[in-house]
Amino acid sequence: MFWSDIVGFITHVLSRHRFRTITLWVAIAIGVVAVNLLTALGEGAKSFVLKEFNVLGRNTLIVLPGKKETTGGMPPITGESPRPLTLKDATSVSRLSGVKAVAPIVVGNIEASYAGKIREVLTIGSSRDFFLIRQLNVAQGQMLPALDLDKGEAVCVIGNKLRKELFKNKPALGQRIRLADTRFRVIGVLKQGGTSFGFDMDDVIIIPVANAQSLFNVDGLFRLFAEVQIHQELDNIKRAIVGLLKERHEGEEDVTVISQDAMLSSVQEILDILTIAVAGIASISMLVAGILIMNMMMITVSQRVKEIGLLKALGATSSTVRILFLCEAGLIATVASLSGLLLSYLVILLANMYFIDIQFNSPWWAQVGSIVLAILLALLFSWLPAQRASMLSPVEALQGKQQKEIP
Amino acid sequence: MIELSHLEKKFQIGDQVVHALDNVSLRIEQGEYIAVMGPSGSGKSTLMNILGLLDRANSGDYVLDGINVSKLDEAERTRLRSKKIGFVFQSYHLVPRLSARENIELPMMLSGIPAQQRKQTVDDVLDKLNLMDRAHHSPNQLSGGQRQRVAIGRAIVMKPSILLADEPTGNLDSKSGKGVTQLLESLNAEGITLMVVTHDPTLGARAHRQLNMLDGRIV
Repeated sequence: MFWSDIVGFITHVLSRHRFRTITLWVAIAIGVVAVNLLTALGEGAKSFVLKEFNVLGRNTLIVLPGKKETTGGMPPITGESPRPLTLKDATSVSRLSGVKAVAPIVVGNIEASYAGKIREVLTIGSSRDFFLIRQLNVAQGQMLPALDLDKGEAVCVIGNKLRKELFKNKPALGQRIRLADTRFRVIGVLKQGGTSFGFDMDDVIIIPVANAQSLFNVDGLFRLFAEVQIHQELDNIKRAIVGLLKERHEGEEDVTVISQDAMLSSVQEILDILTIAVAGIASISMLVAGILIMNMMMITVSQRVKEIGLLKALGATSSTVRILFLCEAGLIATVASLSGLLLSYLVILLANMYFIDIQFNSPWWAQVGSIVLAILLALLFSWLPAQRASMLSPVEALQGKQQKEIP
Repeated sequence: MIELSHLEKKFQIGDQVVHALDNVSLRIEQGEYIAVMGPSGSGKSTLMNILGLLDRANSGDYVLDGINVSKLDEAERTRLRSKKIGFVFQSYHLVPRLSARENIELPMMLSGIPAQQRKQTVDDVLDKLNLMDRAHHSPNQLSGGQRQRVAIGRAIVMKPSILLADEPTGNLDSKSGKGVTQLLESLNAEGITLMVVTHDPTLGARAHRQLNMLDGRIV
């Protein structure tokens, strides 16, 4: 039989059994759409998260107090807390050659009040370099002044949301916000920024690090950002910082220095696994469609048993009959999976128009994979029914009996 | 030419073994017109199925135009069947979703004859059976007589040497039955071997040779 004749024959069958055709079509298309949309969601989330992590820039190192180890036994329980990272440490890091900027960070929540309005607010103590490293811009006024790290000044830069809530439409610059017992003069308002790194930069108050230390009554730093001049020097400077702090901490290596690249790659790895897992879960819907195909094809074979007998009497070999039934499932699967792919493109396009922050994009392997999987599953699950049809004895089949097979 | 020698066919029905064909030997020349008659269960249909290569005998030889078909495998028998044997059934067995023309075309399509070659042959058959104006009708738009004519068209489209008709007029009124009988006989007159299985004594009597079957034997 010619392929064109096979396709013509099957098209007749499919258009005749419309309900069955549409049911299978929808089931397979849903499977393909599920795989493509869920992976698109996974990829969208990935690129969103990576973009968030990217604000630090590739030249930034993060120094954390305490040694983070993934191997080894129990951490010491008896009050041997890690040595704090101090402002002096920060100053000495800033003197290393190749280090362009250093921003020590102290973070805490504190009540801010202005004209009788009291509100808990996230307070970041840092330096002018913090604005450079985090690429923060001010919409009004100026950034924190360039002070020595251990010198304080009662000034602050506030997020836009905080400004609106405390000052409404009145000018904020020059006003004084009270944090605990100190009144800080507002010298700048941040540009509307959005969330990054877990901080909602619209809802913060940034003050000099020395003021934050006395406000929260701490010596240690939450962490330290250091930006290097040349990206290629990143690893060297990382080692230099570890060496320097070890020396300053009486020979004990008790800080962790991570680069954004290292962090990004591990985050990326996790998100990749997540996307693949999601694709795997979506494939289950394909499996369900496959089982539906098997059932439907079984029913078809039963319903068309006389026709199968006739085809055999008229010169169709067993393999022709098998091909006819396999191709029937294959053809539906091909058309349905392609239309499913088209539908996913459409949904992704609409989603991207609606959610501007996140760009959804189904990866090529999900597109190709979902189609190949749909067709393979259709062929696999229709194999048994097709085999049954091909094995029917023409005499029995012509009489409408299906139990007997060719010996 | 058909030569059957010592054909045996047994069926197991429950505990009982039914002898559908019991040592049947038979010789049919090309162009003969034979009626097979006998009560239900006498083995008529089994004989037809074996002659039509739809079924195999348990033992004995069947030589069709010089080929011993007992030794062929399923695919070879299928090819031979499509080339040499045409079937006409009591209940027509037309494919309902296909038009008259497509039904007639079906055997040619199944045996892989290209579409442009098929067209002329099918046109000739439609013309011969006077079905040109019904070519695009589906079976349920046709009368019983017309349906059987389409089925006969399908049986002869591959130009077989044997036409096996199982109660071809069984579902038809006498007038359309007569038309179908005349059509089959005119095909026989052109040289095709015609074998009709029937209960109808008047139809049987028209054949040149009658085979009466009883309990799997020709009597």
